[in-house]
Amino acid sequence: MKNRAWYFVIPMIILMSIGAFLPLMVVVNYSQHYIFAGSAATYVGLENFVEVLHDSQFRGAVRRQFIFTFMILLIEIPLGIIIALALPKKGFWVAPCLVLLGIPLLIPYNVVGIIWRLFTQSDIGVIPKIFEVLGGYYNVTLDSFDAAATILLLDVWHWTPLVVLLVYAGLQAIPDAYYQAAAIDGANSWRTFRFVTLPKLRSVLTLGILLRLMDSFKIYSEPLLLTGGGPGTATTYLSLFVARKAESYELGYASAASLIYFFIVLAMSYIAFQIITRIGKGGKVE
Amino acid sequence: MASIEFKNVSHSFEIAEGKDKLEWAVKDMNIVWEDGTANALLGPSGCGKTTMLNIISGLLTPSKGKVYIDGKDVTELSTRERHISQVFQFPVIYDSMNVYNNLSFPLVNMNFPKSKIKEKVMKIAEILGLVDYLDAPSSKLNSAEKQKVSLGRGIVRDDTVGILLDEPLTVIDPKLRGELRRQLKMIQSELKITAIYVTHDQHEALTFADKVAIVKDGQLVQIGSPYDLYYNPASPFVGYFIGSPGMNILDAKLNGSTLSLNGFKIELSKDITDKMEIKNSECQLGIRPEEIITSKERTTETISIKVAIIENMGSYKILTLIKKNGSNRDLSIKTRIDIDMSVSKGDIVYLKFPEKYLKIFKDNHKIY
Amino acid sequence: MNSKKMKNNKISKYFLILYFILLAMPIYWMLNTSFKFDTEILSQFTLFPHKFTVKNYVEIFNSSVWMGSFLHSLEYVCINVIITLVASVPAAYAFSRWKFKGDHHLFFWLLTNRMAPAVIFMIPFTQIYSSLGLFDTVWAVALSHLLFNIPLAVWILEGFMSSIPKELDETAFIDGYSFPQFFTKIFFPQIKAGIGVAAFLCFTFSWVELILAKTLTIINAKPVVVTLTVGIGAEGIKWGLLGAAGVLTLIPGAVVVYFVRNNLAKGFAMGRV
Repeated sequence: MKNRAWYFVIPMIILMSIGAFLPLMVVVNYSQHYIFAGSAATYVGLENFVEVLHDSQFRGAVRRQFIFTFMILLIEIPLGIIIALALPKKGFWVAPCLVLLGIPLLIPYNVVGIIWRLFTQSDIGVIPKIFEVLGGYYNVTLDSFDAAATILLLDVWHWTPLVVLLVYAGLQAIPDAYYQAAAIDGANSWRTFRFVTLPKLRSVLTLGILLRLMDSFKIYSEPLLLTGGGPGTATTYLSLFVARKAESYELGYASAASLIYFFIVLAMSYIAFQIITRIGKGGKVE
Repeated sequence: MASIEFKNVSHSFEIAEGKDKLEWAVKDMNIVWEDGTANALLGPSGCGKTTMLNIISGLLTPSKGKVYIDGKDVTELSTRERHISQVFQFPVIYDSMNVYNNLSFPLVNMNFPKSKIKEKVMKIAEILGLVDYLDAPSSKLNSAEKQKVSLGRGIVRDDTVGILLDEPLTVIDPKLRGELRRQLKMIQSELKITAIYVTHDQHEALTFADKVAIVKDGQLVQIGSPYDLYYNPASPFVGYFIGSPGMNILDAKLNGSTLSLNGFKIELSKDITDKMEIKNSECQLGIRPEEIITSKERTTETISIKVAIIENMGSYKILTLIKKNGSNRDLSIKTRIDIDMSVSKGDIVYLKFPEKYLKIFKDNHKIY
Repeated sequence: MNSKKMKNNKISKYFLILYFILLAMPIYWMLNTSFKFDTEILSQFTLFPHKFTVKNYVEIFNSSVWMGSFLHSLEYVCINVIITLVASVPAAYAFSRWKFKGDHHLFFWLLTNRMAPAVIFMIPFTQIYSSLGLFDTVWAVALSHLLFNIPLAVWILEGFMSSIPKELDETAFIDGYSFPQFFTKIFFPQIKAGIGVAAFLCFTFSWVELILAKTLTIINAKPVVVTLTVGIGAEGIKWGLLGAAGVLTLIPGAVVVYFVRNNLAKGFAMGRV
């Protein structure tokens, strides 16, 4: 039986090796060479890595990325919980609400970018119009703060529904008896939330946090389409930064940067994996 | 603690839908649960006991009728306002807190001073046998201990008027069940808690409660002590439901002083016939398996019947006896015999029905 | 108590309605823009088209570039989903049913790939697919997406399969079913929901992916996601056209959701989403 298992797994391994493992080795290889366009490669050992780590542009992108991801989590998680709590638990409106929530999740990321471009572009968008009416200043293409804030808003619009759906599913799993008991025990809404709802949402929230953590770290299409990474580098997050380097044929640098980037995400993924499997095993019925 | 009362309580879940012909989950119930007593609501699944429970606790407002606690009309009040505590089918505890905090939770919400809280919690913990666990995270306890914590939260408050137990042993490990049941009974009688224990298991009901209400199809069939229910069932259903196995209910025809059943006749003495108002009619005869005298000797008063199934119950055996009746329905009777009486399938045995144990029912009422 | 509850419910309701309006606004705006003339878009701010037109849609349907893009996208997405499922289902079965040496490590390695930023693979993929002669073909994109979709599919399918008791398999074998028979007649119907969820997520991910799709194509296999990034003509950015293209890109996703909607609800409840 044990040998049979490997037969089942081999097709997958072959495809993944060709698709993932080999390319990765190529990157590792390149990262240790100086290459430019089609010219011959020179072995430079770890020089590329040093260069990347010292590059203020790279560090800027990393810093921007961490700030972005942090803000995302800060906004999307609590907002997601609040909305999930407000959703109807049963009845006619449940299905339409869930579908409406699902729509942003189904839109291709770049179309999200386009939608928001139409929504925020000076002269044609709704948001600039609102600012105009209120007498403020807003320009997503020229103002760094506006650009970053808009991308943040875009992501919140795009991904909060995921948190909502996860938390909603988690809420459905809490038996009414717990709320009854809390009511009998005289707990007010906040205490009920803190001692009944929140503990029982633990595993679902962790999943939501981890998913948003990892995916927001890889954001690419939306900034590309909305602001092109600008103005300047205001919205150039890590993925965009490394992609630009790769496109500009600085293959050695880009490879090294990719690997560092990968390492950061890998470290976070590893911790995530440990936590998720632990929750999966321990978090069942009491 | 207080007394709880139902006056003409009826409930249908279909009223909101505006249907014409309604299905009533609870039909015109009138019950009083006395202060400080152990009570049970016993009935088969779907009989309406959960609905009744929800009406008592305040989760449901009955379509008709009123609920009283200590004489006060609480029909419109919420659960919290009624101060009724509940133990559920699965342990409901705050698993992010330790046992002490679980027990003190209701008091903390009422802003009790810390010293008073400690006093009360220690007292309750002692009664429940949880003193050693107070610091432990509540999620680490076994299911029986968790149920005790659930109960503890209900009794830690002075203003609790009653405790509802909704099949509380359902998820308890079978090995711990008996012990927990005994402890529940002990706690109830020691603290004089007004308790209503809902279950479909007659053993649980009969061992816990002083007064048991049997419910079927939303109606109260009989209410009484375990003894009453066992020896004086008011209807064939009660006779059949109580007891393991339940009472034999046999179709019969009454003609003056003769009871004719499928395949044999029983002559009734004047004592019985005098007490009955009805003289001629279709009816049902009830007698418990352990009340029938089964022997291998034939006498003039006995009925002969063949053994179809033998169940060995350890200290006794249950025989299922069948008398074939040609084109009519076969007669099937269960009797109980001593473990050392040897019988085999297919044997003929002889049954005697002592008159003192006979119950006669007509139209679901006891007429003798 | 009842009136307080009702008031809370009212607040919740208004809050939800507000949220959903905010949610729908950008999408509505795109729809709105797609039915306008460019002149109207640039000169006025109107909440609905004053001069309604389907010209943008017509232009797209008439454009070989746009239509070709949609076709390319559909092609590689479908190829990808099929290959993914073919490779993932047996693998998921193995993970679910059998403990074999290195299974935890293998599983973890799979997940790692899902987490990897696509950017890393831009360079090697370009080289590899060029040398294979597959550069600028739908096959390049289809194969490259396997990197992410296989782990995702295995993860989801394993979850579904594990919820089906092993006794089912054993009983079938005792009853004399051969493995292929068991799989097609007994097992497959049980996991249909799981396959639906996995297919849906892989479809969406592949349809949406931009980095690799952009890197591996130039003209011949240009997918719609790339065409959408351009949209700049000699006359400047054609907003109406972009809007219409955006709306059209939503359609395949909506169709897929419609077909798997029942499975999705079930899957959400049980699976690893």
